[in-house]
Amino acid sequence: MVDNIKQQLNVLSNALRVRNKKQEILASNIANAATPHYKARDVNFEAELSRSLNVGPLKTSNSQHIALTSNSLPGKVQYRQSINPSVDGNTVELAVEQMEFAENSIRYQTTLDFINSKIKGLKSAIRGE
Amino acid sequence: MDIKNIYHIAQRAMGAQLVRLNATASNLANADNIASSPQDAYKPVKPIFETKYFDLIRKRGISTVDAVTVQKMDVEPIKEYKPGHPLADENGFIYRAPVNIEEEYVDMLEASRQYQNNVEVISTVRALMLKTASIGK
Repeated sequence: MVDNIKQQLNVLSNALRVRNKKQEILASNIANAATPHYKARDVNFEAELSRSLNVGPLKTSNSQHIALTSNSLPGKVQYRQSINPSVDGNTVELAVEQMEFAENSIRYQTTLDFINSKIKGLKSAIRGE
Repeated sequence: MDIKNIYHIAQRAMGAQLVRLNATASNLANADNIASSPQDAYKPVKPIFETKYFDLIRKRGISTVDAVTVQKMDVEPIKEYKPGHPLADENGFIYRAPVNIEEEYVDMLEASRQYQNNVEVISTVRALMLKTASIGK
């Protein structure tokens, strides 16, 4: 039963985690918008999400092994291809980063709304309303 | 200090932009300073920005920025012939601070824009985190 509920929320909670990670990287880009030689970075949301869903916990063959969950494995952070690189070697384009940040925030919020409605559905199922 | 989360990223970036604003303010304040020798003349200062990474291997892509030092610009003071001036040297020259006011204004505007961007990041993230904390309510 509990496993079932967990499975229901698995995709959404992973999506939330990847969105959060992307948010941190975008914040780093915005923080470094004026730093010479800084290269803007980003993660591919779809790739990261499917990676976090497909890679299960590492199998342990001995009771003394420590299980490593997939979430602690490092993800792949890539460099952004900039449209107008500046002379000082900085590849951050503020407009791009701000749009990405805004989009990511909205998608994070939407994922939150999905989770909330899912929880609401499960609650009403449990209560039998 | 370590970068623990998104708040630290924006917080330290705001700190760096404040250093930049301070440098601009002191440059503008000293813009018309006069000295009686080239050594005593005010030289404009500029902060040096450097990326600070969350981890040494840079794998997670999380980083912030620090103003590591504030350096004097390598520019010569403006030499002016004003024999009657109280600060003039024996040859009648005074030395003005070589502050480029337009450049400082542009720097000031850019610093304030960057600061605002980081404030925006913080307020967005704070709103999202508050919503996350109230999941299922």
